Amino acid sequence: MTTPSPFPTSTNPAEDRESIISVRDLVVGFGDKLVMNGLDLDVYRGEVLGFVGGSGQGKSVLMRAILGLTPARGGSIRIFGEDRDNLPLDRRRLLEQRCGVLFQNGALFSGLTVKQNIQMPMRETRDLSPRLMDELAMLKIELVGLRPDAADKFPSELSGGMVKRAALARALALDPELVFLDEPTSGLDPIGAADFDELIATLQHTLGLTVFMVTHDLDSLFSICDRVAALGDGKVIAAGPLRELIESSHPWLRSYFHGVRGSRLTAGVAARGDA
Amino acid sequence: MADPTDPHAPNVEPSNDRRLSLVGDWTLIAQRQLEAKAQQIVDRGKLAQALTLDLGGVTRLDTAGAWLINRARRQLAEAGVNVEINRARAEYLTLLNETSYRDFGPKSRPRPLLTLDLIADLGESVVIGCNEFYRGVSFLGEFAATLVRVVVAPSRFRLTSLVYHMETMGLRSAPIIMLINFLVGGIVAQQGIFQLQRFGASSYAVNLIGILVLRELGVLLTAIMVAGRSGSAITAEIGSMKMREEIDALSVMGLSTGEVLILPRILALVLSLPILTFIADMSALAGGMLTSWTYGGISPVAFLSLLKGAIALRTFLVGEIKAPFMALVIGLIATMDGFATRGSAESLGRQVTASVVKSIFMVIVLDGLFAIFFASIEY
Repeated sequence: MTTPSPFPTSTNPAEDRESIISVRDLVVGFGDKLVMNGLDLDVYRGEVLGFVGGSGQGKSVLMRAILGLTPARGGSIRIFGEDRDNLPLDRRRLLEQRCGVLFQNGALFSGLTVKQNIQMPMRETRDLSPRLMDELAMLKIELVGLRPDAADKFPSELSGGMVKRAALARALALDPELVFLDEPTSGLDPIGAADFDELIATLQHTLGLTVFMVTHDLDSLFSICDRVAALGDGKVIAAGPLRELIESSHPWLRSYFHGVRGSRLTAGVAARGDA
Repeated sequence: MADPTDPHAPNVEPSNDRRLSLVGDWTLIAQRQLEAKAQQIVDRGKLAQALTLDLGGVTRLDTAGAWLINRARRQLAEAGVNVEINRARAEYLTLLNETSYRDFGPKSRPRPLLTLDLIADLGESVVIGCNEFYRGVSFLGEFAATLVRVVVAPSRFRLTSLVYHMETMGLRSAPIIMLINFLVGGIVAQQGIFQLQRFGASSYAVNLIGILVLRELGVLLTAIMVAGRSGSAITAEIGSMKMREEIDALSVMGLSTGEVLILPRILALVLSLPILTFIADMSALAGGMLTSWTYGGISPVAFLSLLKGAIALRTFLVGEIKAPFMALVIGLIATMDGFATRGSAESLGRQVTASVVKSIFMVIVLDGLFAIFFASIEY
C-alpha cells in the first residue's frame, strides 16, 4: 500500500505509513538544563497519538518545539515531510495553516467573541464571502457541541469546558490535517471529559485528522488513542499501542500504569480484552 | 492559490443534463472559487427535474466543501429539484451527514435609529460618569476606613510592601523626574531671560523661575510623570490580578484587598510624591541656574542671592502641600480602574488608558483648585 488511507483501521505503526511529524535527535534546553536530549518521535497519518510523561518533564515543551514556538538547539523536526525552519516564509505560513492547535488554557482572543475567534483564521488567510464565513463558524460551533447562543459570547463569559470547545472550534477553523491538543480534558468533569474524548474521536474519524495529544488523562489514553508515547529523561522511553506500554517493564511506565489510579483502568482494559 | 489551471481546483463537469460530476479538491484552499462552483451546481441543477451529483472525482473534501454541497442541495430541494449523491467515498458521506444544511437564524439584529442611538449613548455616558463619581467617593471612604483600621491595629500594616512600592514608584522614577525638570527649568529660564531682556530686566528671570517652579511646575510635572509611570503600573497590576482571579483568591483567604493591595500602594505614592517634588524643584532650579549663567550672564552666586530675595519658605510649601493630595488622587484612580477591569485583554488596555488620562486630568484640575484657594487666602 503506497497511498495511505486517511482512515486507517490498524493501530499498528506499520513501516509503510506516512509519517506526518518526524522528530529526530531533538535537543531543547533552557539555560544549562536540557529538557529534550536526543528525542526521536514519529506521528503517522490518521492516528491519534497520546503523549504522556511526568509533570515538568517537558511534554508541552516538545509540543511547542514542534510548533516552532520554542527554539531547538539541535536535531531536526519535519512536519508533512518538510523542514519548517528552512522553508521560505510563505511556504512556512502555508505549512502552519495545515496545523490546528488547542492550547492548554484555550488561548482564545479575549477581545473577540467565540464566533469572531473562529472566523479570525478564515478572515486572515482566506478570501471568503461573509455569509459562508458566518455559516462555517456556526457549523464549527455546532460540531464541537456548543449551543448556538455561545457564538456571540466573549471568552470571559464561558465556562472552562466551553472554552475548550470554543478553542477546539478555532483550531479546526481551517480544516487542518494535523491537530495538536495540549491537555484537552484537564479541568473538565468526568462526564465533560468523556464527551470531549468522544468529540475528538468523532471529529478525527469524520475529518480524517491526525491528532497529537498531550494528556494526563488515563481515560483519554484508553478510549481514543491509537498509540501512546511516553516521555522521560528528555527522550521517548516507549512508543506504541497502549497494551505494549502497559506490559512494558520500564519503572516509570510501571508506576504510571500500575499505580493506584492506573491499575484500576488497566484492569478494566484487561477485562475488556477478555470479554 | 485559486488558479484555474490548477489540476486540483474544484470543478463541476456536466456529464449530461441530469448528472453533474464534481472533480478536484473541494476544500477551503479554493476560497471564493469554491463558492462559485457550488453556485454553478445550483444554476445548472435548476434546469433539470432531478439531478445526480457524482462525487467520484472529488480528490479531497473538507467541512467547507461539504457544507457548500449540502447548501446547494438544500437550495435545489427548495426549487423542487431532487438531488442524489452518487459514488461518494464512505468518509465523504460521513462528512456530508455531519454538515447537513441547517439554518442558523438571522445573522444580526436590525440596527435601531441612528438618532436614538446617539441619545442613548449620551444618556449612557452621563450615567456612567455619575456612577464613576459615586464609585470614586465610595472607594475613598473604603480607603479611609482601611487606614483607620490599620492605625488602630498597626500590626496589620505591611511595611515591607510599602518600602517595596516606594522603591519602584519613588526611587526608580527619580532619575527621569530629575531629567525632565532640569530641562524644563532651563527652558523656562531661557525664555524668561529673552523676554525680560527687552525691558532690561533679565535678572527678574530668577524670580520667574523660582516662583513658577516651586509653586507650580515642579509638583505638576512630577505628578503627571508619576501618573503616567506608576499610575498605569498600578492599574495594570491590579487589573491583571483581577483577570486571573488573584483578587478573589486574596479575599477567600480572609485578606482584605484594601490592606494588602490598595493601602501600601497609595501610601507609597503619598509619601514618595513630596520627596520627588523636592527633587524636581532642585533639578529645575539647577537647570534654570545653568541657563541663566549661559544666556543671561548671571553667575551661580548672583543667581542664588537673587533667588533668596525672590522666594520665601512658603513659596516652596505651596508646591509641597499639593503633592500628597495629587498622589492620593492618582493612587485612588489607578487602583479603582484596576479593580474595574473585566475579563479581556482589551478591557485591561482600556482601563490603563482611562486611569492615566483621568489622573492627569484630575491632577491639573486639583492644581487649578489649589491656585484659586491660595489666591483667595493671599498666601
